[in-house]
Amino acid sequence: MEQKKLAIIATKGTLDWAYPPFILGSTAAALGYEVEIFFTFYGLQLLKKDLNLKVSPLGNPGMPMPMGMDKWFPVLGLALPGMEGMMTSMMKKKMASKGVASLEELRELCQEAEVRFIACNMTVELFDMDPSEFVDGIELAGAARFFEFAGDSDICMYM
Amino acid sequence: MADFDEELDASGLNCPLPILRAKKALAGMDAGKVLHIIATDPGSVKDFEAFSKQTGNELIESKEEGGKFHFLIKKA
Repeated sequence: MEQKKLAIIATKGTLDWAYPPFILGSTAAALGYEVEIFFTFYGLQLLKKDLNLKVSPLGNPGMPMPMGMDKWFPVLGLALPGMEGMMTSMMKKKMASKGVASLEELRELCQEAEVRFIACNMTVELFDMDPSEFVDGIELAGAARFFEFAGDSDICMYM
Repeated sequence: MADFDEELDASGLNCPLPILRAKKALAGMDAGKVLHIIATDPGSVKDFEAFSKQTGNELIESKEEGGKFHFLIKKA
């Protein structure tokens, strides 16, 4: 049987949305898929050696708030200074207590399993990002390079 | 529980770690050898069935005992 292929486009740079590409990428690789993840726009944050991602309750009415906080802090309250940092640290604690892997660990498992990471060259330049801040083994390329793999993929996901 | 050659304790780990650790452990084993996995994640029951189907490594046994899930997987 020919090896199946999974192509993912990762566009988000928040702590919560950093998980799906790494979870699905590493799992697919464990199942024998060949996997490529194309990181573009805010998704480029997921490639930084030093991950400093946050989760924001702003514009996210589906986010469960502990201790009935949503009653005490309706929409505008969520914009208070410090709210983002607080939600981020609560989310990290919750994840650790439930045995959810850290992003660094999942990313490393992806790379060990030969999941290929591609950074969108155009957005790297747009945001004046320095590729030396990225983990090793990243390929810089454009949209056509993505389609070279995605065109033959069995599953293609946009996140 | 039948005999096994290697053991992996994935207790306390959540999706997808038990599968990823199992894959890694199997990679270091010879064909025909059996890996015993212990997990606490209830989702791992379906996940190991799916893992076995898709990778061809046979799931010989899957059971719950003492609040933990036990799996025996034979390396293809």
